[in-house]
Amino acid sequence: MVVNATGCMEVTTTIFPFSTWKVPFLHNAFENAAATISGVEGAYQSLKKQGKIAENIKFVAFGGDGGTYDIGLQSLSGAMERGHDMMYVCYNNQAYMNTGVQRSSATPRGAHTTTAPAGKVIAGKQQQAKDLTEIMAAHRIPYVAQTIVGNWPDATKKFEKAFSIPGPKFVNIYTPCIPGWGYDSTSTVKMSKMAAETCMWPCYEVENGKYKITYNPGANKKPVTEFLKTQVRFKHLLKDEAVIAEIQKATDDKWNWLLMMEAATNKA
Amino acid sequence: MEKTIVAKTGNEAMAEAMRQINPDVCAAYPISPATEILQIFAGFVHDGKVKTNLIAVESEHSAMSASMGSAAAGARTMTATSSQGLMLMHEVLFIAAGMRLPIVMADVNRAVSAPINIHCDHSDTMAQVNSGWIQIFSENSQEAYDTMIQAVRIAEHKDVMLPTMVTTDGFIISHGMERLEMYPDAEVTKFIGDYKGPYNVLDIKNPITAGSIVLTDYYLEFRKANRVAMANAKQVILDVGREFGKVFGREYGLIDTYKCEDADFIVVCMGSTAGTTKSVVDELRAEGVKAGLLKIRVYRPFPAQEIAAALGKAKAVAVLDRAESLSNQAGPVATEIKSGLFDAGVRVPFASYIYGLGGREIFKEDIRKVYTDLKNLAEGKAVIETAKYIGLKE
Repeated sequence: MVVNATGCMEVTTTIFPFSTWKVPFLHNAFENAAATISGVEGAYQSLKKQGKIAENIKFVAFGGDGGTYDIGLQSLSGAMERGHDMMYVCYNNQAYMNTGVQRSSATPRGAHTTTAPAGKVIAGKQQQAKDLTEIMAAHRIPYVAQTIVGNWPDATKKFEKAFSIPGPKFVNIYTPCIPGWGYDSTSTVKMSKMAAETCMWPCYEVENGKYKITYNPGANKKPVTEFLKTQVRFKHLLKDEAVIAEIQKATDDKWNWLLMMEAATNKA
Repeated sequence: MEKTIVAKTGNEAMAEAMRQINPDVCAAYPISPATEILQIFAGFVHDGKVKTNLIAVESEHSAMSASMGSAAAGARTMTATSSQGLMLMHEVLFIAAGMRLPIVMADVNRAVSAPINIHCDHSDTMAQVNSGWIQIFSENSQEAYDTMIQAVRIAEHKDVMLPTMVTTDGFIISHGMERLEMYPDAEVTKFIGDYKGPYNVLDIKNPITAGSIVLTDYYLEFRKANRVAMANAKQVILDVGREFGKVFGREYGLIDTYKCEDADFIVVCMGSTAGTTKSVVDELRAEGVKAGLLKIRVYRPFPAQEIAAALGKAKAVAVLDRAESLSNQAGPVATEIKSGLFDAGVRVPFASYIYGLGGREIFKEDIRKVYTDLKNLAEGKAVIETAKYIGLKE
């Protein structure tokens, strides 16, 4: 059973009187997919207990980074804290793409968006992205993961694992956006892989508090410029060594922190 | 039927109604003066007196969002709120109505910020009049209790399928202890029947897509369906009110008229003030003044024709609004009634008042003064300013 926040996926798959969905699908509004599915799941628990439903049903909510990191964060946090048996999947393309590339709190430092443009005085977004995956991990829910659309085995393994675990789960999947990022339309897989290879978007999971890095480029870890130079949204940054250095440092810091957490949480 | 006579506040009465209705799901967030409803009901849940899954959400926006999800999942769903909470629900109220989900909500009328104030007026509820919810006001605890039970039947009727809010006046009713006749649990269960929702997103064998995007080609038809449902609600409310009378001994309609048949001067109001006004009518009648009261019980759907018919023969009419519309016209109720009178071809000397905002007390003397104003108005001795404040500190 699927609940979907307002966004590209919802508007392109449910244009009345048609629907793409072969499973029950419910859309409520932009900011409340998590609260809505907690109502659906709450109804399921009640009716199941009363013997009115025989089937075992899995619940998954989809939202973009706008509906998840920003306007829907409270709703998500509440649903996770209440412990509903559901998976929340954030399709993170790092800006409000459905409405035309406006900044979100998932937008990376320096990126051009229409509400934080690469102007003559201020060059793109001035702030770092919010670390939502860690915010979710701080809810101490059974399963939290980050993955990318370009690593099918990594992504499917995480979704399958999440579905097998009772309670609230959160998966943050990195999803390049062709018009929003400005790259060749054949390169979506490559774009997300590059984010993992530069460690700008590490693939990892936190299962019952234990960190596990599921893709480690090791010695092949690429500099962030390899990723930045492929997209129009970062074009203005490439000559700005200070900002590049800042991005590299933030990337390294998070990566080193993850390595530390993996080691610290898996001690025998 | 053996009725139990108890002393209950409005909040206790509404919580008791919720216990007897025994919904599958209640998703709610506490707010004064409605908090007690949730507290008392949570006690019922935790003591195993109801089968309800209580979802203690983190905000009223999520309360209505979860209620929407629950009702779409084939579960009888209830909630309770007030004031800022109702305002925070505003967006999702329209969605619940547009998606034809028969959620029943206890709504305790309270003033809206700013300035922040916790006391009664109808501003919160009036801000939701275009949301597509059925709105029923209560004069006292008994009406609140009775109407909660009826609301389930009204909301879930196949010709209606609309969410319904039942209101009490904050503190005045919600915290006022009154005599309450309660009916046996089994009789309430029998009266409300089993839940039959409009569709079910838990039916995985017959998957549906609910909450689609509807563009220029069909949006209007969806809105029309809501209009038809609201129009149908009128008869359903009357039918359910009549059946309730047969079963439980207290019949309900869209409006209540008190000594209006031969009245020269009629005051129109809603909620707890109707009780005060009845007492004034009795006093005036004893003094030979032909006074009457028209209490509006159902505000959505608006009983315009019924009100026009009841006011048509009066020499003068006053409408008491417990909310401001800040439109430079009368308050919301008075404006709505004027529109109905125009359509009915009724032209009657008309005065509008605004009272009780933020819990400002209204006394019998204030209402007496309104009847005096009406007499002077009818005799051409006075002009009453539009939306005149009662009890304003000058």
